[in-house]
Amino acid sequence: MADFDQELDASGLNCPLPILRAKKALGTLSTGQVLRIVATDPGSVKDFEAFSKQTGNELLSSGEEAGKFIFMIKKS
Amino acid sequence: MADEKKLAIIATKGTLDWAYPPFILASTAAALGYETEIFFTFYGLQLVKKDLKLQVSPLGNPGMPMPLGMDKWFPVIGTAIPGMQSIMTGMMKQKMKAKGIASVGELRDLCQEAEVRMVACQMTVDLFDMNPADFVDGLEFGGAATFFEFAGESDICLYI
Repeated sequence: MADFDQELDASGLNCPLPILRAKKALGTLSTGQVLRIVATDPGSVKDFEAFSKQTGNELLSSGEEAGKFIFMIKKS
Repeated sequence: MADEKKLAIIATKGTLDWAYPPFILASTAAALGYETEIFFTFYGLQLVKKDLKLQVSPLGNPGMPMPLGMDKWFPVIGTAIPGMQSIMTGMMKQKMKAKGIASVGELRDLCQEAEVRMVACQMTVDLFDMNPADFVDGLEFGGAATFFEFAGESDICLYI
């Protein structure tokens, strides 16, 4: 199930690193491609929502799997 | 992004703990598409030295959480013991590393990469006889008017 184009493992990183790494990773993708982010920072749930709203990169999904937070972001 | 927002920050403090807010906010703002400038003045200039020697002090800082509940029983005067500052700095750095918090140098690099404009207060540099060669590359030098040139157009302006 490759419904994403790139994956970023931000496990163990704290604010603001998951956002900064995601921004960097999105920079390497082209419009319409999807970035999957894995994070452990509970603050990242709200932060990725805010990041998506402010940058226009759509947050396709936000969820929790086995104690980790998984985000899917589509590059605008 | 259409009409870019602007964030202006004045960084005035030169300790390890207070190094975080300006660099966290500036790097994040840059990631969100803000055009960002930090003006470093007085002790804040320690944050733009090539060689970062930032420390955190428990002295005169009753809000600082101490290990082993020391803040409850350890006499305040004990925080003035020689060596206490470097011990606390070491412990703080260790804790930050364990929690996945970026180092100040790392955040500063990220700011530079994201083209956050950094301006050093020329007056402070003169006042403390600081050597311009000790500062990071790309740092500009200017005064209050330089700050207002950018801050006057900013959407958010913070004094830290």
